Amino acid sequence: MNFDLIVLGGGPAGGNAALAAAEAGLSVVLFDEQPTAGGQVWRAPWPGFDAPGGSPERRDGDALRAALAASNVDLRFGRRVWSVGGNFRVDAVGPDGNESAEAPRLIAATGAHERVVPFPGWTLPGVIGLAAATVLLKSHGVVPGSPVVVAGCGPLLAGVAAGIVKAGGTVAAVVDLAGATDWIAAVPRLLSRPATFAQGVGWALKIAGARVPIHFRHAVRRVEGEDGAEAVVIGPVDAGGGNAAGPEIRYAISTLVVGHGLVPGAEIPRLFRADMRFDRRLGGHVPVLDAEGRTSVPGLYATGDGVGIRGAVAATDGGLLAGLAAAHDMKRLDAAAFAERAAPARRRLAGVAGFSDAMAAMMALRPAQASSVPPETVVCRCEDVTRREIEEAADSGATEVNQLKHFTRCGMGPCQGRMCGDVAAELLAQKLGVPREAVGQWTARPPLRPVPLADLLGRFDYSDIPIPKPAPL
Amino acid sequence: MTHVHDLAVVGGGVHGATAALFCARGGMDVALLDRGPLCREASGVNAGTLTMQMTRVALIPYAMKAHAMWASAPQWLGHDVGVVVCDGLSLAFTEQEAEILTFRAGKRREAGAPISIIDGKAAKRIEPGISDEVLIAGHCEVDGYANAYLTGLAYRNALLGAGVSLHENRRVDGVDVGDGGFTLSTPQGPLRARRLLLAGGVWIEPMLAWLGVSLPIKTLVNQLAVTERVAPVMRTVVGIASGLLSLKQYAHGTVVIGGGWQALGDRERGGVELVPERLVGNMRLACHAIPALAGARLARAWAGLEAETRDALPAAGPVPGVPDAYVCGSVHSGYTSGPYIARLLADRILGSEPEMPLFPIDRLLRPEAPEGTDA
Repeated sequence: MNFDLIVLGGGPAGGNAALAAAEAGLSVVLFDEQPTAGGQVWRAPWPGFDAPGGSPERRDGDALRAALAASNVDLRFGRRVWSVGGNFRVDAVGPDGNESAEAPRLIAATGAHERVVPFPGWTLPGVIGLAAATVLLKSHGVVPGSPVVVAGCGPLLAGVAAGIVKAGGTVAAVVDLAGATDWIAAVPRLLSRPATFAQGVGWALKIAGARVPIHFRHAVRRVEGEDGAEAVVIGPVDAGGGNAAGPEIRYAISTLVVGHGLVPGAEIPRLFRADMRFDRRLGGHVPVLDAEGRTSVPGLYATGDGVGIRGAVAATDGGLLAGLAAAHDMKRLDAAAFAERAAPARRRLAGVAGFSDAMAAMMALRPAQASSVPPETVVCRCEDVTRREIEEAADSGATEVNQLKHFTRCGMGPCQGRMCGDVAAELLAQKLGVPREAVGQWTARPPLRPVPLADLLGRFDYSDIPIPKPAPL
Repeated sequence: MTHVHDLAVVGGGVHGATAALFCARGGMDVALLDRGPLCREASGVNAGTLTMQMTRVALIPYAMKAHAMWASAPQWLGHDVGVVVCDGLSLAFTEQEAEILTFRAGKRREAGAPISIIDGKAAKRIEPGISDEVLIAGHCEVDGYANAYLTGLAYRNALLGAGVSLHENRRVDGVDVGDGGFTLSTPQGPLRARRLLLAGGVWIEPMLAWLGVSLPIKTLVNQLAVTERVAPVMRTVVGIASGLLSLKQYAHGTVVIGGGWQALGDRERGGVELVPERLVGNMRLACHAIPALAGARLARAWAGLEAETRDALPAAGPVPGVPDAYVCGSVHSGYTSGPYIARLLADRILGSEPEMPLFPIDRLLRPEAPEGTDA
């Protein structure tokens, strides 16, 4: 089917991009692999599950879902996009098998994924991501097995810990890479979003009310256990995030929830070889964009956390701008109308910049975090590649990450380096003594997420296969 | 005084790297240049198949020798590229394919490939994973596969061990001929050599243009795919009569699916994008051959470039009219046959007569021939 615009991702960015473009008169199709809109941050309860409502995220998500339902956007939820081609064509596997859509413009709003900073035991059952915990809580109303230690960095720490307490779980401790002084220093910028700041304070009070110990400037040293996590050992870190001298503390746990910020999911721009740049504060490699989300590839726009970790508020307005820009570029919105509709979003984005900067700074990877990874610790869990093997590849002549992949299979597994990529690249750069930019980024390969062959095949007869003519004998 | 190498090799794939290695071992002072790391184009991203049943008949004697080289890579290369020698089957599902297979296998057998035609039941005894719908199969015990992505690492170690001056990430922008040798211009400064070997895969056409030689090279953009790790579904290399399928399962469980279905792309931009219908077609063919494969998930697909001359035979020999300049490439199924053909050329560069004939490009140089006159 042909459309004016394809939007990939139905979170705050993609959802609002689709709405803005559709309102301007574009025919829009939106693909997302989840059953409903909202992305990770505004998740709805999974069909059949009853999760607690009443949170601001739930309210914002419900509003987006209602707006999309009332719009004429062609909503394709429950689709796994496996091919994105030029001019643009998207192929996705859905409930009725393979389907495709074509449009001259495409907005990539594919969000972010969790950054893993590995430690011994991180692949044991019972160790889950911070964002994964939010999915459990928001989408399924499931509380991670108690007692829980919540560790890592950034605002999700307090949100998840408070969510677990509220849902009746037991949080044994919160372990924060940042120091209390880092948070205090961020307060002036955080106050630029009073409602969100108040929500954060509420989380802190919830945690304090449950008498949960908070260990600032600490990080997970290792998780112990045979078949699953049984205990976590934490230790102090310095201001740079590296291990520091001081006593280790051990907690018996059932679950460790750990997250070290987010990495932009910029695979679509990478797939199209859009100009990219590395920005540690934005979470990693991000596409080079103009103010309205245009990449260097004509017709390709990108927005949301996939172009830099800025949070849901920035994603909402970034998406809105990209949707309007697509309509403007298709001559469906004249310059005056574009300027008028874009102005409030631009104002809000400027207003939220300080808050986003403060949060992003909390979540960015600090080089010393990577250099504290022990040599025998697995970095790439898909292919069981340790830090030592990554450094040996550097000694063997690997100078960039795709060569590292060939030498060690690091990043060659089903996650395509989404989990290990950031730290693996950091370790390679550190070992070579070069700037992080110099080791490059993984080449993006379709299908981006593994897709069952059975879904791709559909029903067919052998005689239907369009076998090309034989090679010369 | 600028250092003058005995030989400069431009292009660090299997052809360039093998020739550089044997020339260095033969006593030459060799420099090898590549615009990127070693074996990161066709030599590193191909399906790794080492088969006779997809090899051109004229290349079978070379491929047999090359197969033996791959199988003994730890001895001469000194490093492992994960070579597995196993049975190979080329399947026919229809009467028409059976006819093609019988004819093609016969021609390849005449050329020296030990291929026999067996019925579907016999094929299933050799490869229990294949479909029940196989009519006949070509069976060859000289088959197998390598881990193509390990090629660069293996050659890198070997080349450094042989004393080759290795210049990865050093692009060559042009070559001046004169003063009894060649001056290569690169962003990092000039490099001088008495002899020159152009081994740039699909890029040998622009490279030969540096020397004023016009050799048209067609660029094939081959699609490839790999599954996630799965429990064993097969133990041989499997193809089909037309040659449009190659399938094998690696020890770690992934299944690599190839066969030369064409993606979009060209020499300038590389493999730009895959064609979904062709990817699905290739997967259907694969799952028709090995039904249990349908339970796997597709993890990744990509495209690699393959060079083809007008007659689809190699460009391997001296460059006409330019003394001491050589070219090596455009070998069909070049990963299989490449090391041997490059070694033959190394013998020639070292001044001895190769044990099998090279493929001089004089036959392909007809600058006056207007486009489209070739059959």
